[in-house]
Amino acid sequence: MAADFNWAVGGEAGDGIDSTGKIFAQALSRSGRHVFTSKDFASRIRGGYTAYKVRTSVDKVQSVVDRLDVLIALTPRTIEENLEELHEGSVIIYDGERTTMQNVEIPEGMIGIDVPLKRLAEEAGGAIMRNVVALGAACEVAEFPIENLDSALEKRFGDKGQKLVDNNKEAARAGRSYVAEEYDAEFEYDLETTDEDYVLLNGDEAIGMGAIAAGCRFYSGYPITPATDVMTYLTGRLERYGGHVVQAEDELSAINMALGAARGGARAMTATSGPGIDLMTETFGLVATSETPLVICNVMRSGPSTGMPTKQEQGDLNHMLYGGHGEVPRFVLAPTTVDECFWKTVEAFNLAEKYQLPVYLTADLSMAVTEQTFSPDAFDMDAVEVDRGFVVDDASVDEHLSESGGFKPHELTEDGVSPRAFPGTVDGAHMSTGLEHDEQGRRTEDTEMRVEQVDKRNRKVETAEDREDWSPREFGDADAENLVITWGSNEGALAEALDMLEADDIDIRVLSVPYVFPRPDLTEEIEAADETIVVECNETGQFANLIERDALVRVDRINKYDGVRFKADELAREIKATLETGTEATQ
Amino acid sequence: MSSDVRFTDFKSDKQPTWCPGCGDFGTMNGMMKALAETGNDPDNTFVVAGIGCSGKIGTYMHSYALHGVHGRALPVGTGVKMARPDIEVMVAGGDGDGYSIGAGHFVHAVRRNVDMTYVVMDNRIYGLTKGQASPTSREDFETATTPEGPKQPPVNPHALALASGATFIAQSFSSDALRHQEIIQKAVEHDGFGFVNVYSPCVTFNDVDTYDYFRDSLVDLAEEDHDPSDYDAAKDVILDSDKEYQGVIYRDEESVPYHEQHGVDEDMSDIPDGAPESATDLVREFY
Repeated sequence: MAADFNWAVGGEAGDGIDSTGKIFAQALSRSGRHVFTSKDFASRIRGGYTAYKVRTSVDKVQSVVDRLDVLIALTPRTIEENLEELHEGSVIIYDGERTTMQNVEIPEGMIGIDVPLKRLAEEAGGAIMRNVVALGAACEVAEFPIENLDSALEKRFGDKGQKLVDNNKEAARAGRSYVAEEYDAEFEYDLETTDEDYVLLNGDEAIGMGAIAAGCRFYSGYPITPATDVMTYLTGRLERYGGHVVQAEDELSAINMALGAARGGARAMTATSGPGIDLMTETFGLVATSETPLVICNVMRSGPSTGMPTKQEQGDLNHMLYGGHGEVPRFVLAPTTVDECFWKTVEAFNLAEKYQLPVYLTADLSMAVTEQTFSPDAFDMDAVEVDRGFVVDDASVDEHLSESGGFKPHELTEDGVSPRAFPGTVDGAHMSTGLEHDEQGRRTEDTEMRVEQVDKRNRKVETAEDREDWSPREFGDADAENLVITWGSNEGALAEALDMLEADDIDIRVLSVPYVFPRPDLTEEIEAADETIVVECNETGQFANLIERDALVRVDRINKYDGVRFKADELAREIKATLETGTEATQ
Repeated sequence: MSSDVRFTDFKSDKQPTWCPGCGDFGTMNGMMKALAETGNDPDNTFVVAGIGCSGKIGTYMHSYALHGVHGRALPVGTGVKMARPDIEVMVAGGDGDGYSIGAGHFVHAVRRNVDMTYVVMDNRIYGLTKGQASPTSREDFETATTPEGPKQPPVNPHALALASGATFIAQSFSSDALRHQEIIQKAVEHDGFGFVNVYSPCVTFNDVDTYDYFRDSLVDLAEEDHDPSDYDAAKDVILDSDKEYQGVIYRDEESVPYHEQHGVDEDMSDIPDGAPESATDLVREFY
């Protein structure tokens, strides 16, 4: 793989870190380089420490690593927070004229580039552009053509007028010239560009785009980190495609509105994170037992309770599998990459309607906020298929009426799937309820009907297991003795860790599982391996527990629950250590 | 088609299990008549019911319907109406459903002004759990869980609605069949959120707020020279704690329903077999 370059901008919340980082990532993407971003951020509007990190290469990048080559530090804390990732020769760009940065010490072996960011920005038209001056300086350090930055600035500020765009371009050039004149040191970086076209998006955006592609018309949600971006993305865009976004008064309302829209025949979705899932669980059983197709997106963050709202965790798996009183069938899909967020969203809508049940579509914070480059072909809209399942119309409704003429929304069928009639269908009027019901959706406590309805609902799961493809994604060495299994967003780090382990002559077979329920039976693969490790971001090994139960074996585990995602090099070290000791969980 | 629809078409073949004499019979009859009179039929009507005695109404009426979880009927109705502006939506629930567990949703449903009807079957008691105080029970109403009464003022639903920006506030009495139907009908016809609190006496557990009590104390606003479009007059009626009223208390003639405010007018059940046309534009935005 070609050399990768790791860059970050850090400061306090309110310093414009996010938009500065995004502009640089955009510039790299537009220059035909691959980009993978990550964020260190806090749940506050101002203050604290926040950083936007970019890893880039001409080859595909799909993880963060423990290395930082160039850092724009707006605060001393930004340097402190990144000491472990900075290395000999790392470049730190800072403004020595800023009060808080006057006495900053550049760690030994690193190169400090002192640029009067604010002063140069003021000369170019306003202090607010000081971060753009820093981006210009970074371009010079990395030998990255500034025209690419221009293109990103145009995208960012274009709708605010040409004057603003020009001022920003000038600010960037001021930063670049200053470094060129004051620091003629040879930096070791040379960011080459390519002719490739890439799009740059994060997991939340991919989910939102997937929803529109799948024909979702109704979204109701309540803002919550890190799922809010799904709603922000859809707002305005869903309306362009004949749909509507509602900000509900709480998550209880959000899921009930989506439920109502789905009963009306719309493809409907809500998105939230752990605390919202807790609230939505109240209505979850009703969705399932009324056999209403609904996509519930859970962008996981660190729990329990308010937990660490801006930190990574994959801790909600048990809740999604078992949450709610009684026994209710549901599917749980967990895309493992940003582009798969798009496709799994489409799939979630199809599965929800084909099997008339709630589908949890779960991403995690790391994937939700990670911006990654892809070829636009990765989102081929012509390949999107919409399958609405068993829906009757005015002509076919007659085949599903009771002797007294009532429509049977919970008809007992061989495959468990009953007909759906959207409101407005003539002779299709029917009710459904959270009470146990008969075929017509009317309350019953008849023991036989109770058993038949429970069995019917579960039969849908068996049918789906049989009809659909629940395969995991496999990569690495298919014949390797060592098997690593993971789910969710760890796939990228694992894919890169593989290359690092290969350099140490350690061969690994990897199974990345996007289906939590139903899920593939991995017994054969586990039995074929000498050693099996399950990698996930939680403490108790929720997925490992499922795997052990499925295959009736013990597996090794690598669990991380410090709130930070796996990094490729870190994961390679962990896997190596686990293989050497063969012990139980490491942290 | 609507001219052929009779109110009995809205009746299901299930016999109500409400106690004989329950106010909910009259409440439901008025709802069915109002729906038929306003040109609706079961196939273009969606009824959402909450939990409690009132929640059973979805079973006894014939239409598209969902019997939801406790307190969340309004959000369900909101979702149905937004997805299907072509469908008549009526939400029914009790005083516990609407003003206790669902009070938060009530406030916001009123604010949103979605074009649907909300009928609260108010018996000032929790009936299905066999007689506990409800949010509209009197301050000194003794029950097993409030032996000396709740010692809290009852919720004033009309005031809550008015404070939340309601565009239609009405009160009816299930036993005054004609007036009840007429008032529900006006709520259905209202362009926006039509809220009707219905005195629907519980004959088993409430021996205070009885048929006789309401018959004796109700003042009909239709006989009082009351102008519902007069906000201040409505406020006076709502805050008058000495009397019980029935009739349309407030109606905002300028009401602009949610779907007009937000341009939500499409039947969202109708979607193509693949990604919508021009969906590729969405990908291009990420260049």
